[in-house]
Amino acid sequence: MTTSTRDKVKESLRRRNRAETRFRAIGAVSVTIALTFIAILFGTILSRGVPSLWQYSLDLEVHFDAEVIRVPEAPQRAEGQSDADFEAQTMGWQRRFSMVNWNALIGAAVNEAVGREVESRSAVSIVDSAARFVLRDAVLDDLSLIGQTRRMTLLASADADNWAQGRLSRDLPDERQQLSAEARATIDALVEAGIMQRRFAWHMFMNVDSRSSPASAGLAGAFVGSLYMMLVVIILAVPIGVASAIYLEEFAPRNRFTDLIEVNINNLAAVPSIVFGLLGAAVFINILHLPLSAPFVGGLVLTLMTLPTIIIATRSALRAVPPSLRQAALGIGASRTQMVFHHVLPVTFPGILTASILGVAQALGETAPLLLIGMNAFVANIPATPMDQGSALPVQIFLWQGNENRNFFEPRTFAAIIALLGLMLMLNALAIWLRNRLERKR
Amino acid sequence: MTGTLLLGLILVVIAISYRMGVSRAVGAASGGRLHSRPVYHGALVALWAAVPLAAISLVWGMGAERAAQWFVTPMIADQLASATEVPVALQRVMALASGTGVVGEVADWERAIAQDLSSFRFATQAVAVIAGLLAACAGLFYALRRVNRTMRARNSVENAIRTALILCSVVAILTTLGIVVSLVVETLRFFSFISPVDFLFGTVWNPGYSTTGAGNGSYGILPLLAGTLMITLIAMAVAIPVGLMSAIWLTQYAPARLRGIVKPLIEVLAGIPTIVYGFFALVTLGPALSDLGAFIGLTINATSALTAGVIMGVMIIPFISSLSDDIIRQVPTAMRDGSLGLGATKSETIRKVVVPAALPGIVGAILLAVSRAIGETMIVVLAAGNAPVLRLDPFQATSTFTVTIVQALTGDSDFASPQSLVAFALGMTLFLITLVLNLGALFIVRKYREQYE
Repeated sequence: MTTSTRDKVKESLRRRNRAETRFRAIGAVSVTIALTFIAILFGTILSRGVPSLWQYSLDLEVHFDAEVIRVPEAPQRAEGQSDADFEAQTMGWQRRFSMVNWNALIGAAVNEAVGREVESRSAVSIVDSAARFVLRDAVLDDLSLIGQTRRMTLLASADADNWAQGRLSRDLPDERQQLSAEARATIDALVEAGIMQRRFAWHMFMNVDSRSSPASAGLAGAFVGSLYMMLVVIILAVPIGVASAIYLEEFAPRNRFTDLIEVNINNLAAVPSIVFGLLGAAVFINILHLPLSAPFVGGLVLTLMTLPTIIIATRSALRAVPPSLRQAALGIGASRTQMVFHHVLPVTFPGILTASILGVAQALGETAPLLLIGMNAFVANIPATPMDQGSALPVQIFLWQGNENRNFFEPRTFAAIIALLGLMLMLNALAIWLRNRLERKR
Repeated sequence: MTGTLLLGLILVVIAISYRMGVSRAVGAASGGRLHSRPVYHGALVALWAAVPLAAISLVWGMGAERAAQWFVTPMIADQLASATEVPVALQRVMALASGTGVVGEVADWERAIAQDLSSFRFATQAVAVIAGLLAACAGLFYALRRVNRTMRARNSVENAIRTALILCSVVAILTTLGIVVSLVVETLRFFSFISPVDFLFGTVWNPGYSTTGAGNGSYGILPLLAGTLMITLIAMAVAIPVGLMSAIWLTQYAPARLRGIVKPLIEVLAGIPTIVYGFFALVTLGPALSDLGAFIGLTINATSALTAGVIMGVMIIPFISSLSDDIIRQVPTAMRDGSLGLGATKSETIRKVVVPAALPGIVGAILLAVSRAIGETMIVVLAAGNAPVLRLDPFQATSTFTVTIVQALTGDSDFASPQSLVAFALGMTLFLITLVLNLGALFIVRKYREQYE
């Protein structure tokens, strides 16, 4: 009898301890799954994105043949000519330069570099199609170049880069290769000779997006567009958000109306971001007739979207201030406003700062609402003002992932993702650094 | 140009009137104590001077260009034979008036109208500046005259501050109002083309893009609803177990130092933009799942409900784990100690005491997570494959509300066509579904918070 009870207890204990171990293991496995995923995600982004930050370019001796470049003198401004007229004339003159057969010069330079005649279309296909603008701008800068030979560093085309980087299988039959057999042989020879080298692709951060010459497409326009949107968010969302948090937390009486505002803000924080895009399309674009694709409008939409985040975070920072501080201020005769602005706010400043940076970081990574206000348009300029057409970093990622030249643009999209995540990391690091610094001061 | 001028003017007016108010108050104080400190008098005077000026500038800024166009358009229309040429001519006249000039011959009437336009602009500008300055002066003198020892300037300034704060918190309400009104108006416009019954209970989604604009497509949302629910279900199947067990392990078992490292690491997942998840799913996870399917003898599309659901689940893990983390730690220690004191093991305490006590909060967190999953856009745009067909196979491509909204509004179709307007009807559906989920979650969380306070 006794032995059997003890056995029962022992047996049950063993079972319960096994269950304990199992439960614990499941917990540990869950955490491991989450961490593994983070490792895979960042591993993939870095291993695919970092190599594409280096691109092949060619050092070519380009002879600016006067026979090929035949352009008249620059137009002089006539008496009484209007600005627009003169500009049109100058543009016409510059257009003559664009009509020059720069490809002939590039082809000749490639021939010179490999030391044999390469079929001209194959030769030109190695070099990025934007190279002809590089040559044109060099001549426009310095007309005395005509007739001389100059060493120029020109980007390799996307297809040539794919081949040289080994992104394409070398066993594919000719008809499935983008480049002709002759072009591929030439590339190999150029790489062998050290004329074609991998260099860090600074142009990816300096150039704007380009459709015709993918190798030289860059993120500059997207950077500037995102910057404008951040500015709008900082100028509008942060003050409005902080002010309404102060009102709701410090001044508002507890009644039906403030209850409604509270529920409303909590709900707004969980409304899908795309709904804000619909609001932007219906109100800003369709009723107010603000321009499509403008970073200013994007900034407005993102402002409305981040407002609840900033309000909620600021409110919890305000709530963390001990009531004794408020009572002490009120007790020695400060008015409510003085209490808030002279005593409570200085203490919560680090918290408010963190809340604002969180909101800005959220706005930086948002894509969906921007698509609905036309920011997915292809823009080949750096927007000069927030009202001009522009793009944004996450939207640029969306556009690049859809490019047909997958072999070239997949790694490049990862590189753009690195740029975006790097910016967000910097924002968060800034928040942490500022908070530590401000909190230590006290 | 004038905008900058007016802005500068406002700043100058603020500075001058503030100084004047302060020195006036200091002068008034010579007889004894002031009710308010001079700063408040200065601020109040500055408000009286700057607010009218700012208001007039704002009106000018919003109306000036429109007024100028309204002024010249009839003059141009008089000169031209057909009304279709007016916009082009308007552009030319504006370019002439701004001084850059235009390409080609300039007609005499164009030059004359441009001259008129310049004068009109100059006149409105002058009127705006002069009226603004007059108003500022009037306010300034009125406020200065009121400065005296007993004047309660501080109270007035504080009231102004409070009004400004209230105005700021109204923005959030206006946003909701704007969302609701614009969604309702456009949805009603959509329902003038398509009947709500066909929309809500139709089983075929085929908007029938046509160049003629005769909107005769079928707009049944059931395929989209099925796709949305399937992806959400898969996401929850990934996120709830992993997120909840992570939260339990981190709060109950993990050593403090490990917790300090792991918790922020998991929260990194919450900060990653969703487009990054979407792209990762498209190029890495999708093909991997497809290969896995081929290995075990299943046909899995690279872009499918499964791919989108799994990656969305990963995105939601930190959301569930950090919310549950907070909720679990709110459970009173006394309850836990009681259970342990009765001889329960740690896991039994968690399963039978802590989790049931925290359950309402956890359910609230899950509802919020579901609402996020339903409204998520970029992941499904990239990874779900966009096939609005009613079928319940998670290995095939599918479509959701959000994908269809993006498609409807990024295409070339006219804004007033049903093909575009359907985005708002879908947005309305989405908004209502998430509203119910959010309010439910808020209600449960609030109820729960009261329970232990």
